[in-house]
Amino acid sequence: MVNLKINNIDVTVPEGTTILEAARLANINIPTLCYLKDVNEIGACRMCLVEIKGARALQAACVYPVAEGLEVYTNSPKVREARKVTLELILSNHERKCLTCVRNQNCELQKLSEELGVTDIRFDGENPNYGVDDLSPSIVRDNNKCILCRRCVSVCKNVQTVGAIDVMERGFISHVGCTFEKSLNEVSCVNCGQCITACPVGALKEKEDIDRVWDAIADETKHVVVQTAPAVRVSLGEEFGMPIGTRVTGKMAAALKGLGFDLVCDTDTAADFTIMEEGTELLQRIQNGGKLPLITSCSPGWVKFCEHNFPEMLDNLSSAKSPHEMFGALIKSYYAEKNNLDPKDIVVVSVMPCTAKKYEVAREELAANGCPDVDISITTRELGKMIKQAGIDFVNLPDGKFDAPFETSTGAAVIFGATGGVMEAALRTVADILTGEDLENIEYHDVRGTNGIKTAEVEVAGKKIRLAVANGLGCARYLMEQIRDGKAQYEFVEIMGCPGGCVTGGGQSIVDAKTKMSVDVKAVRAKAIYDEDKSMAIRKSHKNPVVTKIYEEYLGEPCSHKAHDLLHTHYVARDKHYN
Amino acid sequence: MAKSSTIPFAGTKEQKEKLDAVIAKHKDMEGGLIPVLHQAQEIYGYLPIEVQQMIAEGLNIPMAEVYGVVTFYTQFSTNPKGKYKVAVCLGTACYVKGAQELVDKISQRLNIGVGECTPDGKFSLDATRCIGACGLAPVLTVNDDVYGRLTAKDIDGILDKYINE
Repeated sequence: MVNLKINNIDVTVPEGTTILEAARLANINIPTLCYLKDVNEIGACRMCLVEIKGARALQAACVYPVAEGLEVYTNSPKVREARKVTLELILSNHERKCLTCVRNQNCELQKLSEELGVTDIRFDGENPNYGVDDLSPSIVRDNNKCILCRRCVSVCKNVQTVGAIDVMERGFISHVGCTFEKSLNEVSCVNCGQCITACPVGALKEKEDIDRVWDAIADETKHVVVQTAPAVRVSLGEEFGMPIGTRVTGKMAAALKGLGFDLVCDTDTAADFTIMEEGTELLQRIQNGGKLPLITSCSPGWVKFCEHNFPEMLDNLSSAKSPHEMFGALIKSYYAEKNNLDPKDIVVVSVMPCTAKKYEVAREELAANGCPDVDISITTRELGKMIKQAGIDFVNLPDGKFDAPFETSTGAAVIFGATGGVMEAALRTVADILTGEDLENIEYHDVRGTNGIKTAEVEVAGKKIRLAVANGLGCARYLMEQIRDGKAQYEFVEIMGCPGGCVTGGGQSIVDAKTKMSVDVKAVRAKAIYDEDKSMAIRKSHKNPVVTKIYEEYLGEPCSHKAHDLLHTHYVARDKHYN
Repeated sequence: MAKSSTIPFAGTKEQKEKLDAVIAKHKDMEGGLIPVLHQAQEIYGYLPIEVQQMIAEGLNIPMAEVYGVVTFYTQFSTNPKGKYKVAVCLGTACYVKGAQELVDKISQRLNIGVGECTPDGKFSLDATRCIGACGLAPVLTVNDDVYGRLTAKDIDGILDKYINE
């Protein structure tokens, strides 16, 4: 342990702790902008300057390790003045259109400006006029708002190992961009949106599709169906000031009704179909000597990453569509036929914790007769905005329910939202099928938790199944290389594109860097997901009566010809660098 | 801002072999990118997207990172140099004597910006630091030919000489 003084307060912290972390432990706030725990710790923005007794200059607290006997001052006149001037200089080159900014009231720069008492902009920066890159179906980049903190670059390059963006040029014209000033849409960006949730300001945002949804709802000739992914229910409340990881399933269903959708569904129901299809696929591949490991394909960011970086391993991906695409396909076939609706008059809207889903819905493989399975995908944040625009008092809203005929889902489905969840849900079904029993021990704790890579071996009916779970594309890349190079063997692998899985997807509520220092958002939201699982009457996909009914009435067996037509897809090998 | 050159890339097998050898030497070296870029520019004369892609793949780093480093340093060029390299001195003496007008005039006449090359590969335009000929300010050079005490009116005559050559 190391003893130091911060503002004359004695603090004892483990060796290797930074001054910033030590100060937080002593309840002293040091402002930061470029710092993002575990992602970007580079001391670039100079907001966290502190005075250290005996040191020649002010030091960046976020990268300065504590030392025995250190005397630190975080609130001296010199520190206050330096921080304020630094902030004013950052503001001088920032497009200060706060009122119309997507991050209005949720901006770390705006907040600091208020906290540090900036009342005037004394300096006039160069403010080069950058075009806005809005060609990607998922992500919009606006360099006019960028403060060059590099949090997006770090998460893209170091955490996700995608490296679509970096800092170009120098001086006043240094800016974040893609190689040769290409659009995100032209390079191997996988649309995961982790850059958006890393951005402290409004330089990165999702491509907003709210107006398209409002237009569909207002169009009386359209039957508008909405579905919500498992992870949305443990984040949406945050848009209304509720604590991180609050479960708002009932309020969400009620709010969607209030927005005017004709049918309110839960993607969880479709996740049960995914388990039936993917679980059957796994059993068939194991029994018939098919390509192993079988790798999950629910995460469109992961799928695109695989297409760019591991095109030779696309046969390992499950051909099962992601749950919301399966739902779209069932709505426009089974549901349309039952209700005598023309699929062309149905608009399926997905509410997803994800920005890559916006890309996925436009993939031409995911359509039947020119009619996309899902028409529009919006993020958790966009749904929050729509609820606000509609004047719905979300916090005080009584719980509602999802609509028939898809009103039932399972605990297996809801855990899709956390890393390891698809794996666990599949095991619950596969184990029952292989043993021919209704097993009571259905929790697979080895595949839970927020570690980047988790491996386990389970024995089901005398059969050993080796499992691996990766979340975040850097971990996925490592795991894939191990498998490709024959260094590790598995039968079943789950990969989610975002670190933590969907609960911390690129479309979820944005949590600021300061909160992320003390709250493990992945773990808190995942706990809510597993609590929801525990609260469910049915916790296995194959026990969902809606699923059983639709297989009996319409699809036949899992992986039947009809199921293949509607619920399965294929993938495309892509260039390593370009879209 | 540097953009991709409009002149088609015409790298040879020999150049590729040389670059591969340079990459192999620096592959696992920390900070290997900058020496590789230097030598790649020596081999090809410039660093077009095709060369940057070979470097990115060879060193296993993102293309955006390579491009970021190339655009940070002014001595790296993403455009080829022309048969005639026009360089206008923008050192202090030349600048106060109106060198910027020379740049503007050349840029207008050749329809290229500073750092660029004409589509036929004949002329490239660069702005340089002081070349030590302040007594002749403002000065420009075309390859090894030096022209001094210029005004914008002299530009057409100088360029015509090379155009008609």
